[in-house]
Amino acid sequence: MREILELLEENARLTAEEIAVMLNMNVDDVRDIIRELEKNKTILKYMTLVNWEKAGVEKVSALIEVRLTPQRDVGFDGVAERIYRFPEVRSVRLMSGAYDLAVFVEGKNMREVSHFVATKLSTIEGVITTATHFVLKSYKEDGVIIEDGESDHRLTITP
Amino acid sequence: MKSWSDRLNPVVRDIPPSGIRKFFDLVCETPGVISLGVGEPDFVTPWHIREACIYSLEKGHTMYTSNCGLPELRRAIAGDLAASYGVRYDPGTEILITVGVSEALDLAMRALLSPGDEVLMPEPSYVSYSPTVLMAGGRPVPIATGLEEGFKLAAARVEAAVTPRTKVLLLCYPNNPTGAVMDRQSLLDIAAVAEAHDLVVISDEIYDKLTYDGKHTCVSALPGMKERTILLNGFSKSYAMTGWRIGYACGNPDFIAAMTKIHQYTILCAPITAQKAALEAVTRGGEGMLRMVQQYNRRRHLVMHAFRDMGLPCFEPRGAFYAFPQISATGLTSEDFAADLLREEKVAVVPGNAFGPSGEGFVRCSYAASTEDLGEAFRRMARFVRRRGVRPRIISGARRYVPEEAVLGRAGQA
Repeated sequence: MREILELLEENARLTAEEIAVMLNMNVDDVRDIIRELEKNKTILKYMTLVNWEKAGVEKVSALIEVRLTPQRDVGFDGVAERIYRFPEVRSVRLMSGAYDLAVFVEGKNMREVSHFVATKLSTIEGVITTATHFVLKSYKEDGVIIEDGESDHRLTITP
Repeated sequence: MKSWSDRLNPVVRDIPPSGIRKFFDLVCETPGVISLGVGEPDFVTPWHIREACIYSLEKGHTMYTSNCGLPELRRAIAGDLAASYGVRYDPGTEILITVGVSEALDLAMRALLSPGDEVLMPEPSYVSYSPTVLMAGGRPVPIATGLEEGFKLAAARVEAAVTPRTKVLLLCYPNNPTGAVMDRQSLLDIAAVAEAHDLVVISDEIYDKLTYDGKHTCVSALPGMKERTILLNGFSKSYAMTGWRIGYACGNPDFIAAMTKIHQYTILCAPITAQKAALEAVTRGGEGMLRMVQQYNRRRHLVMHAFRDMGLPCFEPRGAFYAFPQISATGLTSEDFAADLLREEKVAVVPGNAFGPSGEGFVRCSYAASTEDLGEAFRRMARFVRRRGVRPRIISGARRYVPEEAVLGRAGQA
């Protein structure tokens, strides 16, 4: 199961047949396992990693450090939920250290992101402070180097 | 003035150029080729190893090392061998760091052979073995292995090839080009022959870490074999470090001293920069190496499946990253198969006879290539063999590969 997940994490387009061959498994078993993993939400979604800059689409993203007042019974979870429900929010993580939530927000431009922080995020009850850091350049996303200069330098035939 | 060819040492003059070289030129002239002819990992050396090398340069480690190599590297290698195979070498006197296994092999042969001494070796085998023996003044005695015995070396065949001049038995398992491995019992049988005839065994175990479906047996670790074995290994294949050229030899201290004598006067020492990188690899590269092995293993399944589907018999390789399918069903020789496949479908493989006459009828396909390239290469190859009249098999889910299942189609008409 772990190996199936590793393969799919690397390339979501692999078919059950291809996975079965690579792992020397029965294709029906592979199909069953994948179906089960989808059903129990171990596999959340199949996605494509896009280099939007290359596509000529302007996007701005920012990391926002958020400090919160924890609430009785739910701790940080209640506020976190109010934040992650916004579609502009790409990821939300509870952190150890100087702040509580690391929130990644994406927008069409800086104004849009600033507007979201000022009018939505910072006004949520329980949010004490926010610190917004705009992303200047992305070098690596989800384990993929964005402009990788490394290629196959091997001679075509070697003993 | 005498021609240069008259001046040459006749031994060197008469060694034929590598069969691979000829084919290499042909491939270079063809644009857009997918090559399954590469005998090295498609992975670049893991970054932490490269980074350690950069750091060593920043720190100014640019000097000679001891002739035998960095003591800390020898200690780390000794530790790795002890942990992997339970075989103990003294890093002070029993290990020599060389410029790749190639140098270690050359040193061993030069230190051992007197003119006319015979060296037994399985065939098909790596292209350098025979020339290295010849250049050291010895006589290579190939022992043909074939598909029927899974390219394993049978003790009886070794026994039959021994003469009063036989001095060395050269082993290389996992094997390049066949991907064959030797199980422990077969090696014990061979060890008994070596003992009976007092042969030195040189065991080139460069692919030891690339063993699938089972554990590699180190020849030195067999009972009584450490004393008569020279164990050769290196970093090229397991850590994707071919260009760094770091290998090593382990053996009896007197013999290592003799090899070191030649090494000291011809090479002095292996490059320190590469030795520093090798040290990082052996101390912290284990996990990355296992990840690469896992990927090779997945591709190995892919390759076996592809050959079975296209109707070419191929025994299951259990080591290295080569498959060695039999192509005689196409009615072509190995060289014609490789040349036609290159011309018609732009896929490069290495003709089996480049590894000795018993490789005729086979080609070597390296699966050290991305799964995308492998997939495309096999689609093209399937098209090619179908045109040559080989009947593809209609299949099926992915069952475990059984060699006997591979059925020959009809040879001949394209």
